[in-house]
Amino acid sequence: MAEELKVIVFTLAQEEYGIEVDKVRTIERLVPITRVPKTPEFVKGVINLRGIVIPVIDLRGRFGLAETELTDNSRIIIVAANELEVGFIVDSANDVMDVMSDAIENPPEVLGGIKAKYISGVAKIGENRLLILLNLIEVLNRNEIIQLEQFGE
Amino acid sequence: MEMNQYMSIFIDESNDHLQSLNENMLRLEQQPEDISIVQIIFRSAHTLKGMSATMGFEDLAALTHEMENVLDLVRNDKLSMNGNIFDTLFKCLDALEAMVQDIINGGTGKGDVVELVQRLKEIVKGDAAVVGSAKATISAPASNVPASLVLDQYQLSVLSQSLDGGHKAYYIEVKVREDCLLKAARAYMVFDVLERNGEVVKAFPSVQEIEQEQFERSFSVYYISQTDENLLRDQISRVSEIESVTLNAVDRSSLEELGSAESAKDQAEERIKQTASTLSVAPITNASAPAAPLTDGNPTRPVAATAPVSGSAAPRTIRVDIERLDSLMNLFSELLIDRVRLEQLASEVRRNDLTETVEHMARVSADLQNIVLKLRMVPVESVFNRFPRMVRDLAKSLDKKVDLVIVGAETELDRTVIDEIGDPLVHLIRNAVDHGIEPITERNQLGKPEVGTVHLRAFHSGNHVFIEIEEDGKGINRPKVLETAVKRGVVTAEEAKNLTDEEVNMLIFAAGFSTADKVSDISGRGVGLDVVKSKITSLGGHVTVHSVLGSGTKFSIQLPLTLSIIAAMLIKLGSEKYAFPLSSIVETGSVKRTDIRTLHGNRMIDYRQSIIPVVSLAKLVDSPDYSDDEEAETEMLVIRKGDKVAAVLVDEFIGQSEIVLKPLGKYLANNLGIVSGATILGDGQVALIVDPNALIK
Repeated sequence: MAEELKVIVFTLAQEEYGIEVDKVRTIERLVPITRVPKTPEFVKGVINLRGIVIPVIDLRGRFGLAETELTDNSRIIIVAANELEVGFIVDSANDVMDVMSDAIENPPEVLGGIKAKYISGVAKIGENRLLILLNLIEVLNRNEIIQLEQFGE
Repeated sequence: MEMNQYMSIFIDESNDHLQSLNENMLRLEQQPEDISIVQIIFRSAHTLKGMSATMGFEDLAALTHEMENVLDLVRNDKLSMNGNIFDTLFKCLDALEAMVQDIINGGTGKGDVVELVQRLKEIVKGDAAVVGSAKATISAPASNVPASLVLDQYQLSVLSQSLDGGHKAYYIEVKVREDCLLKAARAYMVFDVLERNGEVVKAFPSVQEIEQEQFERSFSVYYISQTDENLLRDQISRVSEIESVTLNAVDRSSLEELGSAESAKDQAEERIKQTASTLSVAPITNASAPAAPLTDGNPTRPVAATAPVSGSAAPRTIRVDIERLDSLMNLFSELLIDRVRLEQLASEVRRNDLTETVEHMARVSADLQNIVLKLRMVPVESVFNRFPRMVRDLAKSLDKKVDLVIVGAETELDRTVIDEIGDPLVHLIRNAVDHGIEPITERNQLGKPEVGTVHLRAFHSGNHVFIEIEEDGKGINRPKVLETAVKRGVVTAEEAKNLTDEEVNMLIFAAGFSTADKVSDISGRGVGLDVVKSKITSLGGHVTVHSVLGSGTKFSIQLPLTLSIIAAMLIKLGSEKYAFPLSSIVETGSVKRTDIRTLHGNRMIDYRQSIIPVVSLAKLVDSPDYSDDEEAETEMLVIRKGDKVAAVLVDEFIGQSEIVLKPLGKYLANNLGIVSGATILGDGQVALIVDPNALIK
């Protein structure tokens, strides 16, 4: 029996991605971001989310994609996983979708320029629509940040 | 009855009362003659008894009850405090604390109080002569004054003052008819009549009990009124189903009798206790029976009786769940953002009434902000106040003389830190008294004052609260520490040679380390200090030791002020804003480009007869749109870390502000560098807080 999985759908460089709905706290429009010095390039800074200071990272930068200007469609998705709360800047976020678990396949090595370890699976929706499901634990892995810092120094 | 809902109130209040008992017992030990302290202690014990009996914690109630007996003798000058009584009472407090602790941990609150109860009874009995003579007096007033209505000191003084003021005082006894169906309703009507014409000083049974129909057929009151006796009788009789009304005017002489009856009551109570203790089944004699319900009956009533006296002294506080405070704070921050938005809109719309309203709202919310921010802060006193008692007991059991001097108990810390810091401090203070302070004979030989001193200080500094524990004891013995450390395998003999004094001192925090020659039950099992260190580290603080052999040791604990409020200087750097903790700022000023000199590649300026380094904040934070290189004259902040001073170049000062420290989020936790945290400004934006300690190397 295939299980139904609810995901938040967002776009990043023309690709569609999904994050399980229970990992997402809220989706916010862009708010002023305060830069934090001495952090990796993709860490955009921190925002005030109703009295709580939350770090925000640009998901394009995190995946090594070219960063673009933010637009009116840009959103910050606040995710909570691994005891961390982080905001992801994405190109747009506007859908919630049900994905059947039997429609999810293992990811190929490289997908849209993103390393496989950040991806937990690829869901095929309809005939020609692919949804990339993120492996949040890896995306939020802080070891990588620490390595980046050391590299930067 | 469902008790769970009252449990948290019970626990909180019990803790309060135990604390008050402890404090006042200590005070009393200093001034044993001060009966007013005994009164306070008595009331606390009394309330505690009432509460625990209501909640069904019988052992607690039994013990407080016996304590009360002893205290009652003391406050009535029938017994004077001595060392034995103090020790016994302190032991009782410990037992009570243990029982309350058990209840907090979900236990039944049972404890073995038999021995303590016995000791208390012996103390009471030791005064048997006085109690015996009381028997004579008890019958006399009881014969003409109904003993059921014994007045306490407060009520007596109310009555006598009313008489002085030209009022009439009555003793009224009302009997309802045997076939009366709604006794409480009739009683209520009587009270209604009474209260329209004057004031009820005391009722027996209590008003609550009467309302709950907990009386037989009659009840009686002491009553003050201007109304004539006959008129009053007439009005009361008009209430239906009342069988009889007896009015007795109370005058001066009968008041005096009542006064003596009050002390007689205490003795009667005494006697009952004794009878009850000697015979396990308590056959209460007829003579003393009416007095008995006053003390042994429903515990809610004695509490009510003392309420008017202690009412004004009780702290006017309520208890609130910390989570509610958190959400209040977060909601409030949201409100602030909307306020700023409203202000913008108002300035665009340009309507006077709107602008005025928004301005008023701004003022109100500024006040509100202050209150909300301060709600979470608790004076460190709530941790410190248990130490005087602890040090007293420790010193006594170790046969030392120790003075505890507390400074800065009003220093405020976030509630979450307060909750955690207690145990580490207990360890350190125990250590100070046990290992630090020498025995009296040794101190005498060394020419030190006989009484050792332990200083406990708390103060704010920068983003931190410091708590220091300093004693004038023997200090850390370096060779001895090293010897033990090598023996226990904490360091190798080779390493030991190269350690600095500081490093040697820190060895005492290593796990499994103890230099005490003999293991006492107070400390010296080598588990204390490493636990202390890990606890403090887990709170994000650290602990250092400074010690001079022969003259004492100082433990200094540095704690972060997570979520606490600090005064800060807000500065601008191009488009960005940063906050500096005000406590680390020495002064603000400006410096000309040409005054900055270069010495060995380091930029320095002259500052008050010394040369201090210059730090460019813009360079440190890689400011995207500001550089001080282009300025001919730059604003500067002079900051201090310990003895070191440095000048920090900034763009512009915004001003001082009280800010709330917020963590940057776990994701960036290890990444802070020169930023120690963040705060949310009035406009809802996040500003980073600069850690001045990181600017001075």
